[in-house]
Amino acid sequence: MNKKPHLDDEALSELRDVMEDEFDVLIRTYLSDSGERIDILRSALSSRDSQAFTHSAHSFKGSCINIGAPRLGALCSEAEIAGREERIDDAAHLLDDIQSEFLTVRQLLEQTLLR
Amino acid sequence: MDERANSVDAASEADEADGDPLRIIIADDSHSDRLILQAMVRRLGHQVILAEDGYEAVELFREHHPQIVLLDVMMPRMDGMDAARHIKALAGDTLVPVIFLTSLSDADALARCLEAGGDDFLSKPYNRTIIEAKINAFNRMRLMHRTLSVQRDLIRAHNEQLLTEQDIARRVFENIAHTGCLDAPNINYHVSPMSVFNGDILFACPRPSGGMNVLIGDFTGHGLPAAIGAMPVAEIFYGMTSKGFHSGDVLREINQKLARILPSDMFCCAAFMEFDFHSGSVNVWNGGLPAGFLLRKNGRRDSLPSTHLPLGVLSPERFSAEVQQYRVNVGDTVLFATDGVLEAENHDADMFGDARLHAALDSASGQRPPLRALLDSVSDFTGDQQSGDDLTLVSVDIVPAADLEELPLRVAASALSGPAHWVCEYEVTGETLANFNPLPLLLHICMEVPALRRSSGEVYTVLSELYTNALEHGVLELPSDWKDSAEGFGRYYAERERRLKSTGGHRIRFRLEHETTGKEGRLKVICQDTGAGFNYTDQKRSALDHDGYTGRGLALVRHLCTSVRHLGAGNEVEAEYHWSLNRQPEVKGSPDNESR
Repeated sequence: MNKKPHLDDEALSELRDVMEDEFDVLIRTYLSDSGERIDILRSALSSRDSQAFTHSAHSFKGSCINIGAPRLGALCSEAEIAGREERIDDAAHLLDDIQSEFLTVRQLLEQTLLR
Repeated sequence: MDERANSVDAASEADEADGDPLRIIIADDSHSDRLILQAMVRRLGHQVILAEDGYEAVELFREHHPQIVLLDVMMPRMDGMDAARHIKALAGDTLVPVIFLTSLSDADALARCLEAGGDDFLSKPYNRTIIEAKINAFNRMRLMHRTLSVQRDLIRAHNEQLLTEQDIARRVFENIAHTGCLDAPNINYHVSPMSVFNGDILFACPRPSGGMNVLIGDFTGHGLPAAIGAMPVAEIFYGMTSKGFHSGDVLREINQKLARILPSDMFCCAAFMEFDFHSGSVNVWNGGLPAGFLLRKNGRRDSLPSTHLPLGVLSPERFSAEVQQYRVNVGDTVLFATDGVLEAENHDADMFGDARLHAALDSASGQRPPLRALLDSVSDFTGDQQSGDDLTLVSVDIVPAADLEELPLRVAASALSGPAHWVCEYEVTGETLANFNPLPLLLHICMEVPALRRSSGEVYTVLSELYTNALEHGVLELPSDWKDSAEGFGRYYAERERRLKSTGGHRIRFRLEHETTGKEGRLKVICQDTGAGFNYTDQKRSALDHDGYTGRGLALVRHLCTSVRHLGAGNEVEAEYHWSLNRQPEVKGSPDNESR
């Protein structure tokens, strides 16, 4: 597990500034897309489609970095590398880590929305 | 795909400026990333078009012609690299910056993006300041590229227009200039197809009385300005020569015209050659061209140097059309070249020069005529096929007059039916006899009759011989037997010049009568002079008709006309010329062959 923070507060406050009224929409969009991505990663892993797994991990990484979830982004990056190198066991472990980190991020972001 | 889809757009936005809002496509399959980038780009004042994959990006590009495209690399259906290739192809000549949105860190993958036509990267997480800086930088590049494209197109269009104009000018020029007889069997010449734009001219035209005039020249300057001067020269040369004007009149007219229309630093170095194959003489006027050559059959070589200033320099009052007259024989050749020959340079920048020119002429033979020998030598010297572009050369062989009978006289056709019955009297008196040639005017009057126009050469010959006879033998009382010898020939013309100064009190009167039935007609020419006349009943004198060149004149008239009668004291001749639409014009000069 990496040492990056769950959320990058500075990045999030910048996003709030940029997005203005759309900030809530952005966060909800991110959360629902991310849920779908984890499902896709899960099904790619079970069908042992390492290419689909790699692509999905890559895209997921991009949106995590943009939204200000660096720890989740780093996990996606490790999963992307594992997928590319076809280390299926590592990929499976990383997907578990991604799933649990995502739960944390979701909780934190939902709190942000209540603020 | 229509690769020009966007160029129309570029033209319609030609007045677009730096700072105007842009249409920008954002293509990313990640919904949240799209939302973030859209918000950032909108805050910069631009219009955003969203696409969810590469395929949609290409379709939207085709529809909206955006100025900048932001593409995620990995997308379903069509990835960013393929989309970039399609968009660059659609954009054609227009620069549409494609910026890849990426969290790639692998150098190979980044390089592949650039190979696909990408112009730059924008890495995640997005940074507002960097996005603004990149969009502005690429917009400036785009505008600069478009300015350059517009200027390039403008230059290309100007260049095409210039070439079109040159082509039109060349064709107009050829229509004016190429009605001549440069294709006559005794003429060899070399000109480049674009010679008119080097300022070079070369014209040859048969004269109605037989023989031909040749003009070779070289205008100062290059390009269209040099070509413009050639137009009036061609008009005057062909117009006046085919109407029967002599070299002096043609030269004076050309000089006056050029002096009037050309700027003072522009003129035309030229040589005018007036060939008379009947009498075996050539009159040469050289103003500023390198010396030409009279190449004798026996190998001797006479120089024909410049003795005048170029055409278009002197005012009409100071211009001299005086010619050098040379006796020539069958087998002799007259050769002239513009200064392109002497000044042709080899790779060491040495000039061809006089010595090589003479050596080349020495090497000429029956199989290799002088002009060919000279051209070959220049081309060997320069070692360069291009050099021929600046060379204009002409050589005219002296041949028996009968060899050139077929030369067509292209007098402009008229649609008018012309006068049928008419009488014209014209009298030239006193000093006017010395400085005015009435023949073009008289010929012009006769040429109003379409049927006579068909045989202008014959009509001119009749008028000209009667006039020459009246002037030289009648008024000036020159004995024709002087012309039998070379020295007598010179004496004859010297004496002619001298006696022309005292023509006071004399006159030559022409009376022309024309009648026609429509298909046939008769032109009666009566020429009367104030000379003493002669006893035309004397057998010895009327034998004039058969004594070689000197008697040629009246013998020719007798041959061409149905009747020739001396009247009064022998100073009046009446000739009747018949024409018929069913008869081809007679061949000129055939009595000559009988009498020689």
